Amino acid sequence: MSDIFLTNLTFYVLSFCVIAGGIFVVSSRNLFHSAVFLVFTLFAVAGIFVVLNAYLLAAVQVLIYVGAVAMLMIFGVMLTTQLTNVRLRHVNEQVLPALAVCLFFLGFLIYGLWDTPFEIARAAPPPDISYKIGTLLMTRYVLPFEVVSVLLLAALIGAVVIAKRDRS
Amino acid sequence: MEQATIGLSHYLMLSGILFTIGLFGVLTRRNAIAVLMSAELMFNAVNITLVAFSKFVTPAELTGQIIALFTIIVAAAEATGALAIVLLIYRRFRGINVDRINFMKW
Amino acid sequence: MLELRGLIDDIWDFIAGILTGLGLPQWAVELFGYAVLAVVMFGFVAVVVLFLIWWERKVSAKMQDRLGPMRVGWHGVIQTVADALKLLQKEDITPKAIDFPIHFWAPVITFVAAFMVYVTIPFGEGLIVSDLSVGILYIIAITTFTVIGLLMAGWGSNNKYSLLGGFRSAAQVISYEVPLTLALLGVIMIAQSLSLGTIVAQQSNLFKWYVWRQPLGFAIFWVAATAECNRTPFDLPEADSELVAGFVTEYSGMKFAMFFLAEFVNMFTASALAITLFFGGWMSPFGPDFGPSWMWFLGKTMFFVFVLMWFRWTYPRLRVDQLMGFAWKVLLPLAFLNILLTGIGIYIFD
Repeated sequence: MSDIFLTNLTFYVLSFCVIAGGIFVVSSRNLFHSAVFLVFTLFAVAGIFVVLNAYLLAAVQVLIYVGAVAMLMIFGVMLTTQLTNVRLRHVNEQVLPALAVCLFFLGFLIYGLWDTPFEIARAAPPPDISYKIGTLLMTRYVLPFEVVSVLLLAALIGAVVIAKRDRS
Repeated sequence: MEQATIGLSHYLMLSGILFTIGLFGVLTRRNAIAVLMSAELMFNAVNITLVAFSKFVTPAELTGQIIALFTIIVAAAEATGALAIVLLIYRRFRGINVDRINFMKW
Repeated sequence: MLELRGLIDDIWDFIAGILTGLGLPQWAVELFGYAVLAVVMFGFVAVVVLFLIWWERKVSAKMQDRLGPMRVGWHGVIQTVADALKLLQKEDITPKAIDFPIHFWAPVITFVAAFMVYVTIPFGEGLIVSDLSVGILYIIAITTFTVIGLLMAGWGSNNKYSLLGGFRSAAQVISYEVPLTLALLGVIMIAQSLSLGTIVAQQSNLFKWYVWRQPLGFAIFWVAATAECNRTPFDLPEADSELVAGFVTEYSGMKFAMFFLAEFVNMFTASALAITLFFGGWMSPFGPDFGPSWMWFLGKTMFFVFVLMWFRWTYPRLRVDQLMGFAWKVLLPLAFLNILLTGIGIYIFD
């Protein structure tokens, strides 16, 4: 994408998708619709990563989250009784306080971020970003990499132990 | 800073808005699965921030992208554990509305 | 002579020339160029798929000692076109109790995801839309959307058979995706690249094909890919004897056609990926410049599509528990073993 206008247009369209999708995720009454909009939002976030030249991350994002959301959908269907027919209350009684807190939080963020000068670096990114990330993961970040794999294993075993039906 | 291009602050705004939406969901939804979905939105907002900082502030080091990668993996681990707990809650309470689970001991 | 090298660039330059001549700004030219390129790719894959459907019917007929379609065109070659036209005109029945938006978008997502893969598949020398640096990962990521499409179809139809089909397919596709990805890791480790263009370029003759160095990886990949395509012996999501038609039960007309086409597109994708990663892609086995590259690509891919069809008409269907057990207890350990062996091999020989 060489053209600057096209890049900007892509960013605004994707941002709109992210925000609209996010709003649907938290406000939809139907859990399955929420899950579908979550896929949409996460896909748009992957698009944002592409605009930011993080291709590897975009691919990983789609790969991991689509599978994860599929699992969420299955659990949602499995564990939620009366999904479509009865119109249950889908939010708790804290909507107004929550809204106030969130708006305050957002205003605070915008106030803090809008005028903060960040040190923008103009250095060129490495030519093959995926290759560089792979190398870094195996050299400088090899300890966190291993820790994360142990964490995943622990989560796997933990999930099996927690979810196993009691024999008694 | 030139006005025509999308700068760091645009990405930070987007991330802030997405994070707020997720926060609202976590605070208000009754269904545990929906709470998990809102938490995923917050994770993604943080990832946008990390990648944006990585591109604009430290473009040569790629630290932000690698940490975002770790965030995604940890989010996957979190989802695994959380879904197992949700399953357990469903067995105990015959429902997964989080406002019904208001005591710590059975 | 028959080489189509640079065809995509030529199309691009042609469109860009016309549009710039019309005085459109740069961004509009690019946007329109991408759109035209997408339509060209879509057209190509659609023609291939129409051919594949006819071919599958012919292959199955031969295996069962029948003739298959004979009426429309020479030996029935344009039978599929006739069928597609028929499906287009048919009434699109939408049951009353469905979850309409979900039911509507499920075939669209499946269909679009099936086609999006072709952005980064090298059809021949220089015949690749965009040689992404994360090509393999991109393809794996996009194909996972199939799960979402099938789950949406299963849920949106509001029918117990559809839901069961959708659940089965989600379980199957997610399970087999793990060994599939791990099997590809062997090739990635040797090639040191995720880009499909680079991987093809490294296999310039018969002896450099990665299948010789990754026989186990290829075997795992091929079994898992068969399962990912929901083909027999792994066609449980739409096992007609148990589930009517699985997740497509409540679909008719154009929407049914979209699921049907997506299945064949996925078959072609799996075969194209197999030859690109393990059998030299568009490279001829006898060194460079031996016949047009796109013909090698099509020939090899068609052979693997034929193997998929052969499986379908000779193997019986697995049971659900056998299916999951096979993925987790056989393929996954083998895939880990393959990675270990590949690592040792690289350490010793390079």
